[in-house]
Amino acid sequence: MPTATKTRKPLGDQGPVAEQFETMGQQRDANRLGMWMFLGTELLLFGGLFGAFVTYRVIHAEGFAEAAGHLDLTLGALNTALLLTSGLTMALTEQMSRAARPKATFWLLVATIAIGALFIVIKGHEWYKEYQEQLMPVLGLPFSYPGEQPEQAELFFNFYFVMTGLHALHMLVGLGVLGVIATVAWRWRNPPRIARQVQISGLYWAFVDVIWVIVFSLLYLSRV
Amino acid sequence: MSTPSLEQRWPRDHYLSGGFRLRDWLLTTDHKRIGWLYFASITFFFFIGGIAALLIRLELITPGGDLLSPDTYNQMFSMHGIIMVWFFLIPSIPNTLGNFLIPMMIGARDLAFPKLNLLSWHVYTIGALFVVLTVLLGAVDTGWTFYTPYSTLFTETAVLAAATGVFVVGFSSILTGINFMVTLHKMRAPGMSWMRLPLFAWATYATSLIMILATPVLSITLLLIAVERLFGIGIFDPALGGDPILFQHLFWFYSHPAVYIMILPGMGVVSELITCFARNSVFGYKSMVISIMAIALFGFLVWGHHMFVAGQSMYAGVMFSLFSFLVALPSAIKTFNWTATLYRGRILLTAPMLYAFSFIGLFTIGGLTGIILAAMAIDVHVHDTYFVVAHFHYIMVGGMVTAYLGGVHFWWPKMTGRMFSELWSKVAALALFIGFNLTFFPQFILGYLGMPRRYHEYPADFQLLNVMSSLGAGALAIGYLLPLVYLTWSLFRGKPAGANPWGATGLEWQTSSPPPKHNFVQIPRVSEPPYAYRNQDQETTG
Amino acid sequence: MRVVTTLFVTWLCLLVLLGISVTSVVMLSLPWSLVAVAACALSMILLILVLFMDLKHSRGLTRVYATGATLWLAFLITLTLADYLTR
Ligand code: HEM
Ligand SMILES: [Cu+2]
Repeated sequence: MPTATKTRKPLGDQGPVAEQFETMGQQRDANRLGMWMFLGTELLLFGGLFGAFVTYRVIHAEGFAEAAGHLDLTLGALNTALLLTSGLTMALTEQMSRAARPKATFWLLVATIAIGALFIVIKGHEWYKEYQEQLMPVLGLPFSYPGEQPEQAELFFNFYFVMTGLHALHMLVGLGVLGVIATVAWRWRNPPRIARQVQISGLYWAFVDVIWVIVFSLLYLSRV
Repeated sequence: MSTPSLEQRWPRDHYLSGGFRLRDWLLTTDHKRIGWLYFASITFFFFIGGIAALLIRLELITPGGDLLSPDTYNQMFSMHGIIMVWFFLIPSIPNTLGNFLIPMMIGARDLAFPKLNLLSWHVYTIGALFVVLTVLLGAVDTGWTFYTPYSTLFTETAVLAAATGVFVVGFSSILTGINFMVTLHKMRAPGMSWMRLPLFAWATYATSLIMILATPVLSITLLLIAVERLFGIGIFDPALGGDPILFQHLFWFYSHPAVYIMILPGMGVVSELITCFARNSVFGYKSMVISIMAIALFGFLVWGHHMFVAGQSMYAGVMFSLFSFLVALPSAIKTFNWTATLYRGRILLTAPMLYAFSFIGLFTIGGLTGIILAAMAIDVHVHDTYFVVAHFHYIMVGGMVTAYLGGVHFWWPKMTGRMFSELWSKVAALALFIGFNLTFFPQFILGYLGMPRRYHEYPADFQLLNVMSSLGAGALAIGYLLPLVYLTWSLFRGKPAGANPWGATGLEWQTSSPPPKHNFVQIPRVSEPPYAYRNQDQETTG
Repeated sequence: MRVVTTLFVTWLCLLVLLGISVTSVVMLSLPWSLVAVAACALSMILLILVLFMDLKHSRGLTRVYATGATLWLAFLITLTLADYLTR
């Protein structure tokens, strides 16, 4: 990438400007701000759920704490560690794409996708276990709970499936986006554009981490 | 005078010349054309919602239930509310006039994300059509509020589909909000500082802020309803210890701010109209800006005033009541400022100005009755009566729809390059004002006397006032239908407007009518504060 | 490649915080476990936002919006709880 070193502009600032903008700086700023705002709306989307959960956690403290004890803390913690690691690989991807290193960019993207996919697999396994233990009050499946307050526990598990489900949905969307970018990065036709795309999708991916940290803390760690 | 030749009537290169295939419209990324797409969609939905309203008013002419069955009546007011709130009023001014004007007012070539803008329209239109179909075929009867547990556990109607559709339309709101916010932050022309921004742009900014901060909470709330109906995952199910009142908290966390989505843009439009036709710069520009932003902020802290008698704690009620009184303050400041702008102005009674005057009067009544409702002791008496119905119609219809029509008349010459009939437009504005008051003022009295909302029959004592209201609805309908006729007519026969027929300030008036594809031949530089009407006057007279 | 080092250190910190919060739930009892979990979650979120998402080098405006969204979420939760806690 000889041009990149000659002009010394960051890679993402090169290439033609879209017609509604004056400069590439303006365009990048606009894209980034737009993405951050979108993430703000995502926070409030999950926020409704978090607010509802916190409310019930306060008024049904004991039943919820006990129900949380029935989640698999080890697998949950393992999954959290995995997501944090994929956050690292994604942040590294961004650095590599900015430094115009096609190979590293591609393989780091692949690593991110692989770790993300592993997360989904483990999550699926957890759900399957809960299904076997009859802790899945979904679609009229039997719910048999050994503890003191089965109704509140059912409410808890309702939250559990909605929250982790919605989060998993966001992961799948993210995986799809990263998959597309990985193919584009493999061909490496328009490096400035790739650098910009990696940056914007990196924001999304990291944010899915943030959401998971909250989900994990609320569901798995509220057991006392 | 012979009719001017085609070239004279429509200057050659503008955003409407050429490109009249379907593709040129449905796939356009030009914010001005997308404004027209919204214009077509919301007008369509407005009339569907209007038909439902007329059926409701026809039923209520007599005390007995003769025209509609109780079930059909419930479906009619549900359809009316859902359509009017989400498919007409929320997108009304922002997505039509806002789309058209925001880039021009700040001296930009387009919005920051033109493709997203187009996507937003497709999402909106498809989602809204879907909902209208499901509501018609699936007979949704929950009202626009979708209260649980009725909506989740009891009604057998197509709530799932309707909630999903409204959820989808919410995305359109969010995308549009982000688009406007980024545009206003990043695309202002050189010299267009925040304190030189037209008040309409400020109002759109505040509206967008509410859209992106409130709509996601509505989305998740509707999603929870959908999930409960689809998978049986009950979050608000009392049998599990869930609380239906929590649903109301989440719903109103969105829906009270949403009522400001439905009034702030109207306030913005009226500010532009008043200052232009009083030939006077806005009184207290800064306090106007602060009020707009204060409304956007405080609007988020008052939602509990919809739940005074729902079972919420008394202390929470007191808190929400207090905040509700506070939110009336900035609205009052704005009203005083509009009146002060008229003082010593050179007032021109054009049709847009008549609409603006109607707005001020009707909005004031709506706002003052809001304060009455925010007093807990009174609300216990009038909650869920026609008093509430009258209150919000005074603001949403008397205020916002009137401002919308005023704005459409004001910017029509810019959008089409044509002038409309002066006489007919004044007749329409007057019909609206009279028809509106006749329809809704009696409802204040009815509500105060105790007539509950959402019933298809009533005691015979209430008939006189109900007949007045239904007659008024007829007059109001005329006020809404007339512009459709003469504005369409003006497209073909109207006099050419010229760049600035009203002698208004603002960047949008400095480019030709209709504007060229990218709005300005050259990006303008701004060196003046907004609304320099006084200076203009001195220039011409002295 | 100082940036890369920073990113790795961030990642290590995140894993340590995760470890602390999980063990604190197992070892501690109520007020302190809650404090530990909340503090760890908050620090993890801040680390991700500031370093992985590069809020550190973002414009002030972006930071304002990031805080704004959080503030609004706080409105939602506190005012709703205000009702439930005073019933
Ligand atoms: C001046 C500030 C305002 C105050 C203090 C206020 C107060 C209230 C109160 C207390 C209620 C609840 C009445 C009840 O259900 O018993 C209410 C209902 C309502 N208000 Fe307002 N309001 C204000 C402005 C607005 C605005 C600007 C709009 C719309 C553009 C609006 C639209 C509505 C709607 C739609 C309802 C009824 C919702 C329903 O139950 O279906 N209000 N208002
Ligand atoms: Cu309200």
